[in-house]
Amino acid sequence: MQESILDQITTPASPNAKRPILETRSMSLQFGRQVILKDVSVNVNKGETIAIIGESGCGKTMFLKALVGLLSPTSGSVIFDGQDIQKLDDQDMTNLRKRFGFVFQNAALFDSMTISQNIAFPLRQHGVPKGKTAQNLISERLAEVGLPSNVLPKRPSQLSGGMRKRVGLARALILEPDLLLYDEPTTGLDPIMSDVINELMMQTRKRYPVTSIFVTHDMHSARKVADRIIMLYPYSRLEHGESQILFDGPPSALDSTKDRRVSQFVKGEAGERLMEMLASRSKGPGDTLSRVDPDHDDGMDEE
Amino acid sequence: MATDPFSNLDSPQSRLLSSLHRFASVWGTVVIDGVSTVGDISIFGWQMILWMFRAKPKRETLMPNFYAVGVLSLPVVALTGTFIGMVLAIQSYHQFKNIGLETFLGAVINMSLVRELGPVLAATMLAGRVGSAMAAVLGTMRVTEQIDALISMGANPIHYLVVPRFLACVLLIPALTIMADFMGIVGGYFYSVIVFGIDHAQYLRNSREFVGSFDLFTGVFKSVFFGATIAVVSCYRGFHCQAGAEGVGRAATAAFVQSFVMILLLDIVLNIFLDAVYFAIWPSGAKLF
Repeated sequence: MQESILDQITTPASPNAKRPILETRSMSLQFGRQVILKDVSVNVNKGETIAIIGESGCGKTMFLKALVGLLSPTSGSVIFDGQDIQKLDDQDMTNLRKRFGFVFQNAALFDSMTISQNIAFPLRQHGVPKGKTAQNLISERLAEVGLPSNVLPKRPSQLSGGMRKRVGLARALILEPDLLLYDEPTTGLDPIMSDVINELMMQTRKRYPVTSIFVTHDMHSARKVADRIIMLYPYSRLEHGESQILFDGPPSALDSTKDRRVSQFVKGEAGERLMEMLASRSKGPGDTLSRVDPDHDDGMDEE
Repeated sequence: MATDPFSNLDSPQSRLLSSLHRFASVWGTVVIDGVSTVGDISIFGWQMILWMFRAKPKRETLMPNFYAVGVLSLPVVALTGTFIGMVLAIQSYHQFKNIGLETFLGAVINMSLVRELGPVLAATMLAGRVGSAMAAVLGTMRVTEQIDALISMGANPIHYLVVPRFLACVLLIPALTIMADFMGIVGGYFYSVIVFGIDHAQYLRNSREFVGSFDLFTGVFKSVFFGATIAVVSCYRGFHCQAGAEGVGRAATAAFVQSFVMILLLDIVLNIFLDAVYFAIWPSGAKLF
């Protein structure tokens, strides 16, 4: 009884206390017998910008897609603003998706539509916010990502990779989402355009009260944009009982980490990895992986 | 201690067991894959039917598909129909002339066209021209994450992408079938009457006498099922496309091959059914000869 009274006293947190807008609770993701994510628990506070880093095949993109219901976790749950998204029906999930924005790796713009129609797509699905016109919103978003209005009648195939990513960002922002997810926003861009995207992400955070999660290999981008960095490690390479999250903290703490695997990734050093790969190739597929953990199938390069 | 039958691979018994094991494994996998694909396609088709009634499809998604299926397929269907009509005339003329029944050629050609060749050819052309394209487009959308983008923006991809394609195929294939029938009749008439010199009046009279409304209905009725099959199989193949250019290519090929096989299977089943209906309505039997 005393505890519950104490809880009642301490539960109403101070207005400044951060509360998680998004949580994953022991989330696992598996395809057949292939384990991609195992018991991954992450809390994301409102307004935070989080970078998910990790080598190819560790399940970063799968993690991101599971957050917005594009993939269903095999076990565990994803809680967004107090709602377990797996328990929502189609209509509630559609309504919830108004609050998400997703910038895909290659923008995923619809080829059959013009840029204007692409950006306006969420408005057509969910309706234009009150007191605004679709055209004004499209123009505003396009200006925010630094694109001229003459791109509006063009097709996605007529734009460069950087322009397509910026259109993807404009489309994701059109409904002013609460949660913005970016899948490798700087991959495949030149260093200048990569930094333009970084700056746009930072400006977006200043302009809107948005919570952002981005998946990246680009350590410069992660350090510059993120408030917090989470490093995922391929499940098939873990020692038994280890968490897949090897690092969870501010960018400044990355350099002082004692985990060799984290520092190796951050510094971009191959280390013994090439020798391992060559050895596994000579032994045949799966040998190295079964050595790491005989319970697991081989890791999948899903990204 | 039990002995492992595979431990001594040199013995004939072990080799036989090993072969049987491989045979069961390979064919077992084929059967399981086949059954699971049929189950998946059925679930996919059922979801599509649910979405057809759950929300009205948008005009902007319907019109481009109606145009691609109806308008753009018309020339190739008409051309195929014309040539098939002519070929039927060429193939049948001498046999019928030998027994003095060349004036019945109109009945044979037109009956074959409206009951069988018109719907099957229109469906085959549609599967090749539209079905493969549907699988390739949807497969590319899957590979380039455009389908994920649709879902993430609150659109249901079955409602947005599959329902309009299904409606276009089902609603417009009867028109394409009638076009194939008509052009086949024109082609057959041209070769029989103009080239072979069969009497015009007798040719038309026999055609009118033996080809009835039920025959035309048979072809059009079957075509609706063919159109539905093409749409469901092709969209399913596109949605389950493997990554990469090769995956898209395989999806397009599989869409055509599987649609074509399904068309032929359905043709048999529907012919048996329609024959039963025909004899139930007209117990005196078939009219021709």
